[in-house]
Amino acid sequence: MTTTKSKVVYSPVFTDGAEFRIPTFKLLKQDGKLYKSAKAPDLDKEKALRIYRAMITTRILDERMLAAQRQGRLSFYMQCTGEEAAVIGSAAALDDGDMIMAQYREQGALAYRGFSIDEFMNQLFGNELDYGKGRQMPVHYGSKKLNYMTISSPLATQIPQATGYAYGQKMAGEGHCTITYFGEGAASEGDFHAALNMAAVHRVPVIFLCRNNGYAISTPAAEQFAADGVAPRAYGYKMDVIRVDGNDILAMYEATRAARALAVEHNRPVLIEAMSYRLAAHSSSDDPSGYRSKDEEAVWREKDPILRMRLWLESKKWWSEDDEKKLQESMRREVLETMKRAQKRPPPPLESLVTDVYDEVPPMLAEQFEKLKAHIRRYPDEYPKSAEHAKGGA
Amino acid sequence: MTKMNMLQAINNALDTAMGADERVLCFGEDVGVFGGVFRATSHLQQKYGKARCFNTPLVEQGIIGFANGLAAQGSIPVAEIQFADYIFPAFDQIVNESAKYRYRSGNLFDVGGLTIRAPYGGGIAGGLYHSQSPEAYFAHTPGLKIVVPRNPHQAKGLLLGAIHDPNPTLFFEPKRLYRASVGDVPDEDYRLPLGEAEIIKEGTDVTVLGWGAQLEVIEQAVERAEKDGISCEVIDLRTILPWDVETVANSVFKTGRLVVTHEAPLTGGFAGEIAATIQERCFLYLESPIARVTGMDTPFPLVLEKEHLPNHLKVYEAIRASVEF
Ligand SMILES: Cc1ncc(C[n+]2csc(CCOP(=O)(O)OP(=O)(O)O)c2C)c(N)n1
Repeated sequence: MTTTKSKVVYSPVFTDGAEFRIPTFKLLKQDGKLYKSAKAPDLDKEKALRIYRAMITTRILDERMLAAQRQGRLSFYMQCTGEEAAVIGSAAALDDGDMIMAQYREQGALAYRGFSIDEFMNQLFGNELDYGKGRQMPVHYGSKKLNYMTISSPLATQIPQATGYAYGQKMAGEGHCTITYFGEGAASEGDFHAALNMAAVHRVPVIFLCRNNGYAISTPAAEQFAADGVAPRAYGYKMDVIRVDGNDILAMYEATRAARALAVEHNRPVLIEAMSYRLAAHSSSDDPSGYRSKDEEAVWREKDPILRMRLWLESKKWWSEDDEKKLQESMRREVLETMKRAQKRPPPPLESLVTDVYDEVPPMLAEQFEKLKAHIRRYPDEYPKSAEHAKGGA
Repeated sequence: MTKMNMLQAINNALDTAMGADERVLCFGEDVGVFGGVFRATSHLQQKYGKARCFNTPLVEQGIIGFANGLAAQGSIPVAEIQFADYIFPAFDQIVNESAKYRYRSGNLFDVGGLTIRAPYGGGIAGGLYHSQSPEAYFAHTPGLKIVVPRNPHQAKGLLLGAIHDPNPTLFFEPKRLYRASVGDVPDEDYRLPLGEAEIIKEGTDVTVLGWGAQLEVIEQAVERAEKDGISCEVIDLRTILPWDVETVANSVFKTGRLVVTHEAPLTGGFAGEIAATIQERCFLYLESPIARVTGMDTPFPLVLEKEHLPNHLKVYEAIRASVEF
């Protein structure tokens, strides 16, 4: 038996996928003024400034750390530049107890939640204070305290996990939801489709947030899918969906606030497609000049989401030239000072090589570790400082 | 002959194969106009057009499923998986489909034209998701061939061998060596045989065996051991599946000792399979236990990568221990 209740026709009627067109939700114009019939969300000064500070923090962190990578101080880095509104606007609409499962380019959400510059730096430099114990590449952040699941490099794996996590939240009845971020590239993976289908069938309070930034490394969106973006796929799963101007902080905030209400109060999963642009390179190892034009980038530079929000804040008299200068200066100083500190800290101890593989180090791995220590003791000058304490026979 | 690094040799092999046969197609994430994140497919789209060299959507399962279908139809797909670490979403398509097409259809259908290329291995500060050596997972699967080259000359010859081999083949490229050095590579189409190990250096005291990037490590270790007066026979296995038992056993008959090294973890690693088989074949000739020098039984780390890797010092120690047993 099928569960489809469709109308019957007596000649072959095809429905073209192109018929599914989804409008884009916008509130704020680039000059910081609202569209004519738009109404600003209920956002007080304090929250608006918290959002703005997170945007500036993210932008400055990205600029400084890319420069640090270029100077050879850092092995790798990935920027969020151009997508700050999509990430921070959505994160700000959540409850701090809601779970965030991100892809890797969402440092803005973490900054908004209160991850300190120190915490960012410790991960980036993989030092002894890094929560991930120097095991993962830079930008693979995680924070239990801030409900931010540690990043995993294999793309899209977090999306069905978000469905599962949120189902657990529903069962626990705490009134929380999970948001998961991913790119339009990652949305091609099987995991994405599995996640949406399960969420719709089981009425899971999860928000799927696709950052459609036009590129997956060098692959333009037009070579990623033939449809009108990612949003129409929600129809196929019978799921609520909204497309938003991802550079519009007010629209992102308002859309996510409404999505959260659907998820938490009605157990309806929601897909949000944030239309934006990856202004920076994919990562510090990438050179976009090989696959896109400077002119194309320039068009999007004009749509800077941070400037747009700043103009709105200024129009409300919540922000001034002077505030901006002060914030920028203090943030730059903090980033530089913190970077120096983090860089000087020692790496995690040698033991971290074998811990956390299981809850306890199994005998066989313990034996391998003893052999390694004995080996390092025999060649004390051939191994880096990280093995220092093993040289003494500890 | 042209001096090339390994990436150029791979690019040249693809160019050679595409130039010779219209049925050869190259595709994968970012392989189109950009030439792949490592540039292995540079200029191929410009030269052969978008229909034969193209970007796929970001879905490994789809890439290999698509490639299986294409190969079943009679085309010769060369699919790129951007990093060997990301081959697992395609695991089902490779292990249950590519490997079993011929067997389950009674040879009515096969995907023998399929080649899957993927950069593998550590030593590039890539942490746990850009450093794995997954050959052993696939070595457990009858029906696949697994090939790993050690230098530019081998890379071109073996890749052409893989593309023309009538079986689905995984071609794991040691990315640490991509740009590490250049070597002479013939300009013409030459194919190295799959399933044959190569004795790189003859010796009498101990056989040292590895593949891919580990050969560089073995060379350094052997240099050191020979200074101590130990004569080493060095073998590049080249094909992991099906592997060349004959060449390895004959060498061990002669030397009486075997050291096997790979980057993947010890437990379940392919060195275990080799040790078991050689122990069976050569039991009465062995002068010492077969030694395995491998990565530890942990995920691949970032900061402590150097300690984790089976480097030349660890291989050197194993050679000495084997000889002094
Ligand atoms: C399963 C898997 N395949 C491939 C990769 C390599 N890779 C890392 S990022 C990336 C592009 C992702 O693009 P998108 O999802 O659009 O996000 P964006 O980088 O644009 O923010 C690729 C192919 C990976 N990390 N995981």
